[in-house]
Amino acid sequence: MTQQGTVPSEVFTPTGKLQFGVFFQGVNSGTIWKAAESGSQTDFESFRRIVQTAERGLFAAFFLGEGLRLREHLGRPHALDVVGRPDAQTMLAALASVTRNIGLVATQNTTYNDPVDLAHRLSSLDLISGGRAAWNIVTTDNAWTGANFRRGGYLDHADRYKHAEAFVQTAKRIWDSWETAEGPARRVLHEGQHYTVDVTPRLPRSAQYRPVLFQAGDSPEGRDFAARQADVIFSAHPKFDDAVEFRKDLVARSLKAGRGANAVQIMPASEFILAPTAEEAAEKKAWVRSLQIGPQQAVAYLEQFWGRELSGYDPDGPLPEIDPVVEETSETRGSGFHGAKARQLADQWRAEAKDKGLSIRQFVTSRTARVDATFTGSYSGVADQLAEYARVGAVDGFNISPWLIPTGLDDIVNHLVPELQERGVYPTEYAGHTLRENLGLAAPVRAAEAVRAS
Amino acid sequence: MSTPEKNTPEAARAGFLAIELDGAGWDGGDFATLAEAVLAAESAGFHAATFSDAPAPGRANALQRAAYAGPVTRTIALVPEVDTVYTEPFHAATQLASLDYVSGGRAGWIATAAESPKAAAAVGRNNVTGTALAQEAAASIEVSRRLWDSWEDDAVIRDVATGRYIDVDKLHYVDFETPAEFAGNGYSVKGPSIIPRPLQGQLPVLAASALVDAGQVPADGVDAVLVTAPTPELLAAEIKDARERLGVSVAVVAELDVVLDARGQAAAERAAGSETGRARYIGTPAGLVDLLELLLAEADGVRLHPASLAVELDELSRLVLPELRRRGALRAPIQDGTFRDLLGLSRPASRYADSSAAAAAGN
Repeated sequence: MTQQGTVPSEVFTPTGKLQFGVFFQGVNSGTIWKAAESGSQTDFESFRRIVQTAERGLFAAFFLGEGLRLREHLGRPHALDVVGRPDAQTMLAALASVTRNIGLVATQNTTYNDPVDLAHRLSSLDLISGGRAAWNIVTTDNAWTGANFRRGGYLDHADRYKHAEAFVQTAKRIWDSWETAEGPARRVLHEGQHYTVDVTPRLPRSAQYRPVLFQAGDSPEGRDFAARQADVIFSAHPKFDDAVEFRKDLVARSLKAGRGANAVQIMPASEFILAPTAEEAAEKKAWVRSLQIGPQQAVAYLEQFWGRELSGYDPDGPLPEIDPVVEETSETRGSGFHGAKARQLADQWRAEAKDKGLSIRQFVTSRTARVDATFTGSYSGVADQLAEYARVGAVDGFNISPWLIPTGLDDIVNHLVPELQERGVYPTEYAGHTLRENLGLAAPVRAAEAVRAS
Repeated sequence: MSTPEKNTPEAARAGFLAIELDGAGWDGGDFATLAEAVLAAESAGFHAATFSDAPAPGRANALQRAAYAGPVTRTIALVPEVDTVYTEPFHAATQLASLDYVSGGRAGWIATAAESPKAAAAVGRNNVTGTALAQEAAASIEVSRRLWDSWEDDAVIRDVATGRYIDVDKLHYVDFETPAEFAGNGYSVKGPSIIPRPLQGQLPVLAASALVDAGQVPADGVDAVLVTAPTPELLAAEIKDARERLGVSVAVVAELDVVLDARGQAAAERAAGSETGRARYIGTPAGLVDLLELLLAEADGVRLHPASLAVELDELSRLVLPELRRRGALRAPIQDGTFRDLLGLSRPASRYADSSAAAAAGN
């Protein structure tokens, strides 16, 4: 492991390598459930198969999202997409026992968790897994999700990153309060607007010192937050030119935050549709898209912006002539857009669909498919494409959402990974046992307040 | 060789044995790994392993230790303590439901509500004391029970023809509200859960009998009580009392600390350590067999707290459990069974099942 105290470089240096992560989504239309080979979203065996396949493919990390409240559509739970998933850290603790090297990343919200409880559980996962835990930090601010929680959950939208950062800093102080594995632990105090902490932490540092931090925000505030606090940013910019731009932006922000140019790694969310030839891959893509957005899902997608039932409309016909009944969109709760001007949006979309000659279903597919995030092609063609990302250091890797559970990584591990290895841009073995080692991250600088005054 | 059959007097008397696996650490304490410790307990023939979550240096989250043990074991029930006072009830419910999935239906819950000024200060809450503790426990247990039922068993329909992955009529808002007499800050939980119904429908819930005796946690809120007394003699009497108070629908599990003659050293010489408030057996393995046979004649189960996990587990697995089996005092472990199976509990229907059936019938 890299030693602490290395002078951070001001010049970004590509590693020339890519890492893969896998994101077992558990919700949303990206995972198809109508195919014969679609498996259970909750059976432990689905998770074991995916994580062990990923580990065979030397993936750096296995990600899980966090369920806080079920998505709703027109006031009822959304029925058309996969839904229902386990608690992230509980599942990851179980998966730790059937894996040896892969990182285990739990998405956890700073608004609906308590810093002491969350820091303790992440420490536990880190110790149980031998230093393989990570936290994907997310922050939300709505009372609707808070209805499931004793602490509620309303935060002023502008305040959410301020709150999140105080939360993360408190967690770091808790993790850094042990001098060595033998202790002694120091008391951590925090008096804040949203919570008060007075705790003497119970767990020592792990083999990787403390959990690795991922962050997924994309606003300027979110990027600065990541530049200050995170180890890896789970970005929304997989397209080559965008990725290069995003890297430049993040390097500048990292330097401004007083960290090295290589301090924060980038792993964009992505989807792969692969086949032996480009033609077969294109056919496969059409099949995948038809199952991701079925006729009912296409109409439901519009309903969330129109605020009314549109079940009489033909999914293969034009967009509805009638206007939305709401001023602002009340999109499917727990996802996407907030408060867009509904009528304006409807006009815009009708014009666009008419212009391009798209039906409801075609239009919705074009909007919801991870257009930028999808790599479609032959194994060797996509490998060539990815090698270019590695060469210029556009990203440090990709966080892959399989569109099929539990077989969705098979193609990637069996065919794409060997192609990447041949090109010298993918690991041929795990660098170590901890996630920090496998990502090539430096040992963390201890949180200042936790360092013993001497 | 005994093969106890149902309905014989022996089988009726047969009970189960649980062991507290806290070897003091996230890594299994005396064992090289947590997996090794839990496998040793399973192969010894213990029916259940429990995981303490009382704050102690080096002790990792109990529910995660139980989850880690899930995939490496096949038969033993995995029962962590989860606090009901300072943890979010929604998180507790979904974590426990997830534990049931990763253990193939072998999960249980020891619902705790210890008075702890430190736990309160850690999360910036006022210290909860007295009957308010039991009120918190009752509320948190009720939230979990409702959330576990909030997806009916057949809610995931995967109906390609209508494009519906779930039947929304089989998902339910739980709309929990703390009662008016709730001493702490009242709260509400909307639901439904974020995970389908646990494999067992409802996880068995255990709690200290003192918590149930406080009158706030209804006896039908728990499936088993943990009974404590200062000495083994008083423990036998306490089991009978609890049985009389609670009837046969709640299992009675006796708590016993165990220090055995082992490795050429007398138990009495090893019996250091602080007072736990539990009855403690100090002596030969043969004497423990007699005591456990006596206790299991009245209790549904006994939970052992070994002085040293690795040392006592060796003696228990070779000298104590085999003899109890020969005497017909232990239930046969249930291969691929659930924790409910072990406790003799049937799988309950969701409390919301009738309402959606009524809605479907147009009532």
